[in-house]
Amino acid sequence: MKYEIVIGLETHVELNTRSKIFCACGGHSSHGEPNDCVCPACCGMPGMLPVTNKRVVELAVMAGLMLNCEINRYTTFDKKSYYYPDLPCAYQVTQWFHPICTNGLVEVQTKNGTAKIGIKQIHMEEDAGKLVHDDWSDTTLVDFNRTSVPLIEIVSRPDFRSAEEVLAYLEKLKAMFRFANISECEEGAMRCDVNISIRPEGSTELGVRTEIKNMSSLSSIERAIKYETARHMDAIERQTEVLVQETRRWDDIKGKTFSMRNKETAADYRYFPDPNIMPIVIDDEWLEKIKADMPASPEEKAAEYRALGVSDKEIELLISKRNLCDLFDELLMKGCNVQDIVSWILTECAGVLRKKGQVLDELSIPAEKLARIIAMTASNEVTRGAGRKILVAVLDDDVDPDKFCEENNLAAQGDESLINDVVKKVIEENPGAVNDYLGGKTKAFQALFGGCMKQLRGNGDPAIIRAQLENELAKLS
Amino acid sequence: MKEYITKIGSGDLAVDDTLLTKGVETTAGSKILSGFVPLFSAEAVERAVKAGYTVSGKTNVGEFGLDLVGEFSNYNDGDEVLRGAAAELIAKGEVKGALEVDLNGAPRRAATLSGTDFIKPTYGTVSRYGIIPCACSGEQVGAAAANAAETKKLLAAVAGHDGKDGTSLPAEAYDYSCGKEPAGMKAGIITQLFELASEETKAVIKGYAEKLKALGVSVEEVSVEEIAAAQSAWQILMAAETCNNVSRYDGVKFGYRTPNYKNIDELYIGSRTEGMNLLTKTTVLYGSDVLSKGRYFTCYDKALKVRRVVAERFGELFKTYDLLLAPACGKTEYKKYDITRAFETVYGESVFTAVPNLIGIPAMVTKGVQLMAGHFEEKTLFKIAESAEGTDK
Repeated sequence: MKYEIVIGLETHVELNTRSKIFCACGGHSSHGEPNDCVCPACCGMPGMLPVTNKRVVELAVMAGLMLNCEINRYTTFDKKSYYYPDLPCAYQVTQWFHPICTNGLVEVQTKNGTAKIGIKQIHMEEDAGKLVHDDWSDTTLVDFNRTSVPLIEIVSRPDFRSAEEVLAYLEKLKAMFRFANISECEEGAMRCDVNISIRPEGSTELGVRTEIKNMSSLSSIERAIKYETARHMDAIERQTEVLVQETRRWDDIKGKTFSMRNKETAADYRYFPDPNIMPIVIDDEWLEKIKADMPASPEEKAAEYRALGVSDKEIELLISKRNLCDLFDELLMKGCNVQDIVSWILTECAGVLRKKGQVLDELSIPAEKLARIIAMTASNEVTRGAGRKILVAVLDDDVDPDKFCEENNLAAQGDESLINDVVKKVIEENPGAVNDYLGGKTKAFQALFGGCMKQLRGNGDPAIIRAQLENELAKLS
Repeated sequence: MKEYITKIGSGDLAVDDTLLTKGVETTAGSKILSGFVPLFSAEAVERAVKAGYTVSGKTNVGEFGLDLVGEFSNYNDGDEVLRGAAAELIAKGEVKGALEVDLNGAPRRAATLSGTDFIKPTYGTVSRYGIIPCACSGEQVGAAAANAAETKKLLAAVAGHDGKDGTSLPAEAYDYSCGKEPAGMKAGIITQLFELASEETKAVIKGYAEKLKALGVSVEEVSVEEIAAAQSAWQILMAAETCNNVSRYDGVKFGYRTPNYKNIDELYIGSRTEGMNLLTKTTVLYGSDVLSKGRYFTCYDKALKVRRVVAERFGELFKTYDLLLAPACGKTEYKKYDITRAFETVYGESVFTAVPNLIGIPAMVTKGVQLMAGHFEEKTLFKIAESAEGTDK
């Protein structure tokens, strides 16, 4: 008999906010030392009250719009009670009764075509802390840095039919959320619970479902799905075991899933509306503001850039991050040439950042300054090398390009008679290179050109130097 | 009765032990919080100090404020006649005022027993930042003093918007002195509560009604059938929220930890078993039950609906009546009783106090009588109380 896999995902995404969801502590879980990003509120001290971070609501709405969800204008927070040492209040604030987004749809491409994945809901919630086991002292330590870091949980419908679709979906979410600055989606900032069952192809009933909890790497997810599918098939075809609805844990080293002794499914979370947090009402004005703040999707941007003649490889780099696209668009509006923009962002800026040990994602430069540098080099006001020097100064100290150029005497030397003198002098001083050139070694031209540029302290107008050098050499042949 | 848990100095303000005071042990009357020294003070305490009050000390409360007037506290020393600690200090003239948390009527009962004044203001007007939380949807910091004028002064000092409390209302301050003259007002005595009270208490209410009539207020009885439902609803919400809020005390990070444990489960169970009293445990079990999967919609969710119905009913009543009168407790004196009867005893008495907690209206106890008014009508309550005091002179 042929079987089909049915998979539904619950995906937790850590939101990119400056502060936690209900207090003023810094918003990222990846802070340095344990417990250096905590306050009485996120530690669960009595007397502290939650105050909702508005940005969390905005990012959740953005995610909902990107996944074609209905945005619920009235949304509430609820308390979910359970005991665990990493949960300081013994309850988690989440959304149970009125989630912020519902009924979405996202299309994903695999080699087998397009799959439509329904989104049941997206809700906001706070993350829990982390338990760290210290083998040396055989104790378990709690780190509350991650407590109350804002998350959205995206609950899909059971619409996936293969591991490939799951991966394509997760890759798509990652690209979208990174692009829109909704989440960095770094390792650990996107975690999945995978619900999986199999059934005879054509059947409309669902089989026995198991849930694999808390997976963060795509390769583990893929392996876990394949393992779990095989286990279910064996159970059904060859009665190797009786399937039960349960929660399982993936062991990446053993390459197997294991049943978690189940306090989880037996638990009654006793959800109820959190009386400390007023219901949130998203009015038209606020919704419009959020929409206006939203970027086009990465696909739309890619199509736009492709039409401008940007190569696919370059597009991939640009659309990895929204700030790069914003910069590109602004430079384009300021009249810069497409190829110049691409090369200044992807070659020059990336190069400077690389030397500083940073990546392109971290690029932050006022568009008008980069536009000015591009304009100066394009019009030969400065040489490319001088332009690079100005760029370094702008990125390091946010200097004014024109002022920096003037103060450091970087303006291209375009005085033809001066250049002519230099060219003649260089030809005179380098008879060897001249003879080589005249003897057919065209490479020698570069040496002579470099000599001229050196005499002009790197600021000679390259086009004029080239023309004059060719002219003078022609006279000698 | 232990009045001060911690005597700080010769101040004029008592602060009850459910309100955090920076650097001073704060336990909400519970062993589970013994040794807990807060890093900051409750907003209400900060504001009172800013307004010129000096904290005299921390006063005793029943564990988490769940009992009648403080009889089941970790600091209880078994008096025969029950009194509230803060109210007694005021009655003796040891302090000018007190800040107390009203989550199930304890400070209103205490004021009644000691003959002092206490007001539980409109929900959202005084910051709850720094209350050791139990029943978040209805508890408020209230002001107690020997007379209406002092009570008014203290409440005015602490009320107003606080950004640290998400349910705090936007007004920066409230003017409680602009209440209308009583003459021509209409008051209603809630029949269902009046009938439940002892003869002595009835006499107190009748006496107060006469004073109001002398001031030109017309007084009549009014039947409010929703009273019993309001009592149940508040019991459900209060217990559920309390259950949730006290679940954080596990003996791990602060407060009491059992010395006898071999693993984390024993640490949790032992600390909570030894650290909380039977009334708290019963409340926790009850609260856990009404939130459970099978009961949520028939209990908790229904209580939320009852809250709305009661709010609508009282909204209607306040279109006719400027204020409502009722006892804040059924008797003029409580005697010591066994903790095994605490849950039902407190539930029984909460019928008198539940409505203001449930729907957030202000309620003031003065001269042994409880006055209720519509939201933000503290000014009316103060005007009435002051005018009635005037008739004594």
